[in-house]
Amino acid sequence: MFKKTGVATKNMVEEKLPSKEIREKGPYAIFECFQEIPCNPCSTVCKSNAVKDFENINNIPEVDCENCTGCALCVSICPGLACFVIDETYSDNEVLIKLPYEFLPLPEVNSIVDALDREGRVVGKAKVLKVQDNKKLDHTNIITISVPKEIFLDVRNIGLEEK
Amino acid sequence: MLHTEIAIIGGGPAGMCAAIAAAGQGARVTLFDRGKKLGGQLVKQTHRFFGSEKEYAGIRGIDIAKILCDEVEKNKLIDVKTDTTILAIYNDGVITYEEGKNYKRITSEKTIIATGASEKMLLFENNDLPGVYGAGAVQTLMNEHGIVPGNKVLMIGAGNIGLIVSYQLMQAGVKVEAIIDASPNIGGYLVHASKVKRLGVPILTSHTIKRALGKESVEGAVICELDEKWQPVSGTEKELDVDVICLAVGLSPQSELLRHTGCEVKYVPGLGGYVPMRDGNLQTTVNGIYVAGDTAEVEEASSAMVEGTIAGLSAAESLGYGKNISELKKSFISDLDSLRSGAVGEKIRSGIQKLGC
Amino acid sequence: MRIKQHPVLTSIVKKEVEFTFEGKTYKGYEGEPIAAALHVNGVRVLRHDHRPRGFFCAIGNCSSCLMEVDGEPNVRVCVEELREGMVIKMQEGKGKLKGGEA
Repeated sequence: MFKKTGVATKNMVEEKLPSKEIREKGPYAIFECFQEIPCNPCSTVCKSNAVKDFENINNIPEVDCENCTGCALCVSICPGLACFVIDETYSDNEVLIKLPYEFLPLPEVNSIVDALDREGRVVGKAKVLKVQDNKKLDHTNIITISVPKEIFLDVRNIGLEEK
Repeated sequence: MLHTEIAIIGGGPAGMCAAIAAAGQGARVTLFDRGKKLGGQLVKQTHRFFGSEKEYAGIRGIDIAKILCDEVEKNKLIDVKTDTTILAIYNDGVITYEEGKNYKRITSEKTIIATGASEKMLLFENNDLPGVYGAGAVQTLMNEHGIVPGNKVLMIGAGNIGLIVSYQLMQAGVKVEAIIDASPNIGGYLVHASKVKRLGVPILTSHTIKRALGKESVEGAVICELDEKWQPVSGTEKELDVDVICLAVGLSPQSELLRHTGCEVKYVPGLGGYVPMRDGNLQTTVNGIYVAGDTAEVEEASSAMVEGTIAGLSAAESLGYGKNISELKKSFISDLDSLRSGAVGEKIRSGIQKLGC
Repeated sequence: MRIKQHPVLTSIVKKEVEFTFEGKTYKGYEGEPIAAALHVNGVRVLRHDHRPRGFFCAIGNCSSCLMEVDGEPNVRVCVEELREGMVIKMQEGKGKLKGGEA
């Protein structure tokens, strides 16, 4: 199905999740990269050695979440915009997500925006916690949002009012 | 008459890399491009490239163009001739060209042809209406000249170009009504598909366009579903309200100049059409004529850059330049093999095998 | 329509020039392709050859966009740069050569 839709199923995403201990410990990266393509910037950019070295450039990246600090360098460098950082320890009811965003206008910090799923459908509301748009990111800005726990596996984009 | 050691035709990613590689070994190079500036199609690629660091992965195409142009310009061994169209290559080494409005001649010892590819057309009713544009044309208008092609777009083709240009259209504030593809599966990288899906753009596989609507220019499109045998399913016709129909249905190698040299070509659909036979040095069946990039086979720009480097090194080596070129070349050949070694490289691997070289 | 803000590209300020198309005066940017300047002004039909034709490839490959510029026919307006005062006309079929017969 994925080859027809381009939308990862819940199973596919859950398989990418790290162990329970890591999820309860703090932030971790999740790479929604399911196809072997010749590409490895996620591995070369990572300073924490959290992306295992590629034997072949076509390998699907493997994240070693033990080492991941949630710095989100991979989020902005990935040409496929397939890297996200999740922090399930953010609060009792909310999960923090860092996602790549290459659109204008940028959301405002503390504003409430639509939380969109992998098909661009509104599945709830997200609060914008941080907007990183420094020059180093080269226009792949990193938006940090918090969303209700129930939808954190679905939310991968945000929608601003005008859209 | 002017003379150069290596003439390189085409200043895109393959040609620029060929020039840098050959001049790096000490050869005198003349780099020709018909455009007003170098860069080829890189100058409108606003997305980050795949590949490894060696091929500038993670950097946007527009910035790779700048890096390569700068390197070409600062190298005194490379003479750049832009706004120059090659007219003919004769077998005594004479190349005739039009520089601006002037007719000129040059002789070269080796020639590398890196003329790229052109967009394919698709057969459907009214496909000649203004408003039916190639995906590259939409990129040129949007990303080079800052002009939107229209308000609502139907994208034909869910390969990498169709997916990438759809994303770029959305970035420019243009609505993409749908991306359709006759194939039952998405042809492009699935990360690109996920990117546009996240924006709410429908991707309809097993769909084709029946006709464009409109008298003077595009006012709509009729699409329909295809069955397993790629035949239209009756009763599935649907009208879309669009003012632009964008075609991203593949590229054909621009092999006119190549064929003009008399080199042997073969029709290999997996490589984009008629492509030249070549050896491991990327030399064609005509002695001294090399090939690199999309002219050799339609592939990603990352591979085109590596091929350009290999062709440039080979041409310089054949003129007696450099030491240990063969070692250096080996490392680039292994990079190219590794880029092509995965599942998505299968088409290229089997295509090159079919060429029998 | 021109793109006002873009998430990746930064716009460069260009000089505005005037030109005429079919006798009417329009504005565009100096150095941009004639086809682009016409497009921004809502002109998509550039030529008639029994049927209306516009540009297709925008890089000088396909010859779909041939127009008459300053009296010269068969100019590929997708790559020909706009200059102040250009007189641009829609081309009929193969066009008429300057001072000669069609």
